[in-house]
Amino acid sequence: MRALAIAAGAVLLAACGSDAPSFSETRPVFHEEGYPELLSDWNVVKAEGGALRLAAGVTPYDLATPLFTDYALKLRTVALPEGTKADYREVDVFAFPVGTIISKTFYYGENADGTVTDEGAPAFSGGALPMNGVRLMETRILAHRSAGWVAVSYVWNDEQTEAMLKRTGAIERLTLARGGAAPVDFPYVVPNQNQCAGCHAPNNTTRAISPIGPKARHLNKASVYHDGANQIAHWRDAGLLSISEADLAAAPMNAVWTDEEWSIDDRARAYLDSNCSHCHNKVGPADTSGLDLTPAAAGPALGFCKAAIAAGDGAGGRPYDIVPGHPEDSILLFRMETTNPAAMMPELGRSLSHSEGVALIRDWIAGLDGDGCV
Amino acid sequence: MTHGTGKTQMVFTSFRRRAAQTCAIGALALALAACGQEKAADAGTTAEAAPAAGAADYQETLMTALLDAKPGDVIDIPEGVYSFDRSLSLTVDGVTIRGAGMDKSILTFKDQVAGAEGLLVTASNFTIEDLAIEDTKGDALKVNEGENIIIRRVRTEWTGGPKTENGAYGIYPVQTTNVLMEGNVAIGASDAGIYVGQSRNVVVRNNRAEQNVAGIEIENTFDADVYDNVATNNTGGILVFNMPNLPQPGARTRVFNNEIVENNLKNFAVEGTAVASVPAGSGVVINSNDQVEIFENEIKNNKTANIIISSVFSTGYAEGGAQESFDPYPEGIYIHSNDMSGGGKNPDGLELQALKTLKFGPMGAIPDVMWDGFVNAEKLVDGALPDELKICVRNGESEILNADGPNEYANPRVDAAAHDCELPRLPAVTLPEKLAEL
Repeated sequence: MRALAIAAGAVLLAACGSDAPSFSETRPVFHEEGYPELLSDWNVVKAEGGALRLAAGVTPYDLATPLFTDYALKLRTVALPEGTKADYREVDVFAFPVGTIISKTFYYGENADGTVTDEGAPAFSGGALPMNGVRLMETRILAHRSAGWVAVSYVWNDEQTEAMLKRTGAIERLTLARGGAAPVDFPYVVPNQNQCAGCHAPNNTTRAISPIGPKARHLNKASVYHDGANQIAHWRDAGLLSISEADLAAAPMNAVWTDEEWSIDDRARAYLDSNCSHCHNKVGPADTSGLDLTPAAAGPALGFCKAAIAAGDGAGGRPYDIVPGHPEDSILLFRMETTNPAAMMPELGRSLSHSEGVALIRDWIAGLDGDGCV
Repeated sequence: MTHGTGKTQMVFTSFRRRAAQTCAIGALALALAACGQEKAADAGTTAEAAPAAGAADYQETLMTALLDAKPGDVIDIPEGVYSFDRSLSLTVDGVTIRGAGMDKSILTFKDQVAGAEGLLVTASNFTIEDLAIEDTKGDALKVNEGENIIIRRVRTEWTGGPKTENGAYGIYPVQTTNVLMEGNVAIGASDAGIYVGQSRNVVVRNNRAEQNVAGIEIENTFDADVYDNVATNNTGGILVFNMPNLPQPGARTRVFNNEIVENNLKNFAVEGTAVASVPAGSGVVINSNDQVEIFENEIKNNKTANIIISSVFSTGYAEGGAQESFDPYPEGIYIHSNDMSGGGKNPDGLELQALKTLKFGPMGAIPDVMWDGFVNAEKLVDGALPDELKICVRNGESEILNADGPNEYANPRVDAAAHDCELPRLPAVTLPEKLAEL
């Protein structure tokens, strides 16, 4: 009941300053079967009155260090069935109840000339994302059915009024213009439904679909949506999460990759965790490579002086995954820098190279002790 | 990016450094390493994934068919050439993808802009047959974890011929169990045309591999039978490798009744890959694998050597470190009853050329079998390896060259007596009945 009361409070807050849209008072609609044709059928987010609004009981959240996807901005939300909570997990993704819907809306700031940017887009406020100067790309839904999670994507129409189911994925030709740099054309790739599993099935034996972001170490930060409150504490207080005081106090925390208060080692490992470890873990699709980029990995498993196995083009003419002290000899950095689909990492989710992420990993490798691998 | 004999030097840095200080033959390390059917659809339905108005719509059609597939389904791909701009994938067990023939149903990825492979399968009880996958940016067909996999009469090809920018693997099952690959054709892969990695119980037969860096490669795999294949005009014909730092090693591979001739193609692999160190002109290469039986093949005119046996010590694959459990030594290798000739006459790279000339004269040839000479000293009994760990060559007039790697390649020698032995024959691989009868 407390959760309800808080949810209602949130609704009221959200309604302030707007025309009290009725959508924000309605709750998400869970679909146990099938894939509805329209995003609005899920009733999680809706473009209405010049903003992307959240339904009642839909909580936005953010991650300490997120996955890079071609500089797209993302609005993440979680919605649990009324009266239910997720169970805390220290390392794995939280155990969400059946009926949970997680959404992630990919968007850009849109310049007057139609190019897109990750800069200067209006901030989420008042329970909604203002849509002036915004181009919504797609909204991905992860729904926890009784048989397991399913993942599916909806692509926003040109009018930005509705998003349509696109199970086979799509390619949108965009031009990125940011920071005064020369505009660059790129294909924005909406994954097909099977490709969702490319990241969201972190165990390649069970191949169970799972969320990736809502783990303690990614959520354990001041929320950008809730006045800087610690996000895990907020989830508990909002009735979303069952967690003991001891667990809360001991919750692992990844670095914010851009925050130099953290050590470069922490920031680099957080970046590799978010961008790589869903495949590069001991049971993931990339266990074939022997390269493990989870937070606990070390030594050759982490790529130190480790020869590539089946990298093909991805080796880039370099001898080892990571050559401490020598980013220019490190395959890992090459694979982050290249945009050749045969060689780049991650394999999915980007057409562009993340220059800031590359710079971080380059600096990290350069600062590692070691004089080559011989 | 530069290619040619220099390209592997980075991998073999330590040997290069040491070798340079000794003598010309010391550089052998570098050289050795481097220089250089019919089946009825069972219960399922047949989804005629027919092209709609035009072939342009077929991408959507086939993607939808793959998404909607149910166990038992057959997805038929009619005759035609179909273009794709991003990867295909299948995640449902028990599906058959069937074309009208490897020269009739052609999936071309010339215009691919996204995806690391043409078709990625993460499913078991999978059959693919009678189609071609062409010009993918990365691997053509990858099956990542699954059992009971049949890949037959599939052609994977990069149609521009051998190029470094071609995708790495043609046909690429990895971490699979019970695999039958037959009647396939693999052309132009910048790594291996037909590759099986980290798998168990594998039969590779009646395939043709040409213009790849590695024609057929068995890596970190237990129990593989490789027979009745043709591997020609690759850099290396048939490779049996164990690489360190992987979840499983491999052992027990039989290579027999194959035609492994004239694999003399210039190495065009990307530097840094394992196969970049394979010298052009390698017939069969065994690296750090155990219990390998090579018999009754026709192995001819491979200009570096008809058979090369190496450890990671000379190839450098473990230079940065390997997990402790990794066994770097090729042990229990039995070579017999092959028809070998014409090999070793023009080895790839100056160092091997020098060795050949010094040891066998300008008109001579590297013997049919060349071994880097590393043995596990901890396993020696009275100075010799136990029989079951030996490299045994009983192959008519064929000789084996011990390159003397452990002594900086100071004294390469032909020592027939040390390898005049026989090993127990390896058992045939048995596939489950359902696979075998197909």
